[in-house]
Amino acid sequence: MEAVSVPPFERFYEEHRSAVFGHLVRLVGRQRAEDAFQETFLRALRGYPSLRHGRHLKAWVFTIATRVAVDESRKRPPAPTDEVAELPHEDGRPAWAELEHLADELPEKERAAVVLRYGYDLPYDQIADALDSSEDAARQAASSGVRRLRRRLA
Amino acid sequence: MSFFPPDLDLRFRDAAVAEGLLDVSYDIADTPIGPLLVAVTERGLCRISFDPEPDRELDGLARDYGARVLRAASPIDPVKRELDEYFQGRRRKFELPVDLRGRSEFSLAVLQQLADVPYGEVTTYGSLAARTGRPRAARAVGTIMNRNPIPIVLPCHRVVGSTGSLVGYGGGLERKRQLLDLEHAPV
Repeated sequence: MEAVSVPPFERFYEEHRSAVFGHLVRLVGRQRAEDAFQETFLRALRGYPSLRHGRHLKAWVFTIATRVAVDESRKRPPAPTDEVAELPHEDGRPAWAELEHLADELPEKERAAVVLRYGYDLPYDQIADALDSSEDAARQAASSGVRRLRRRLA
Repeated sequence: MSFFPPDLDLRFRDAAVAEGLLDVSYDIADTPIGPLLVAVTERGLCRISFDPEPDRELDGLARDYGARVLRAASPIDPVKRELDEYFQGRRRKFELPVDLRGRSEFSLAVLQQLADVPYGEVTTYGSLAARTGRPRAARAVGTIMNRNPIPIVLPCHRVVGSTGSLVGYGGGLERKRQLLDLEHAPV
């Protein structure tokens, strides 16, 4: 496989910052997303020198963001749900956008697993990494999240 | 393009500086000879480029100093201040620390001699070579001038041909002429 070198941080940051911010707004709400955003990219800076190649950087930073969101949620009570409802509307978002608000009431781990799997197409090994759990546990969290959503929609 | 708050962007860049997490900070300085890309490391000034398009400099900076290269204004402020003073004719010598790591011993010796060429005076490639102890290395000195990472501050514009012609300049001869005029140099 062709070697992909780690890009200068500025390029990596500019490419992913909007998507990471959007991801964090979905996970923790608009208010808390700002602190989580800063923490995410500071952690990315700390980890950057140990990257050995420039592949999968989006998955890498999304897993950091998700871990930050989970850490944040452990520290603080959940944000009021109306914050999530105030998300700016964006045209052309995938069908997932119509459903993702339903995930808000899922337990933390299930919500992160569902959002990363179905909202962002992350593979289970990356999700496991983000959740600090095994791949099986990540798969299980996503599927029990989906079952819970189905029950709610039924 | 999804919504992204600009103040959040600035806050992150400031925090990255405050936590000392950057290998290189850079920003654009506006000067009378055009916009310059200015970059610094923790050790000092490492690049001034006449090409203000960061995308063409970032890879080189990352290769030479580390991949954590980020645009951030505050570390560049002292450089901007000295450049402003220089272009207003109020500064004749720069007092900025520089970071020249990774260069050969000969390059460093030549750049050191170059730094000592006084404001408003000119020297030749051959004379600079002689002062570095290698009188026949004028051509090599020319190459080092051509690749000078920190023009203006390391004043390669003060180096001219043995006949007094301007010869060449990384930023173009017009800029070399402007800098020498600013300093009232006798060429």
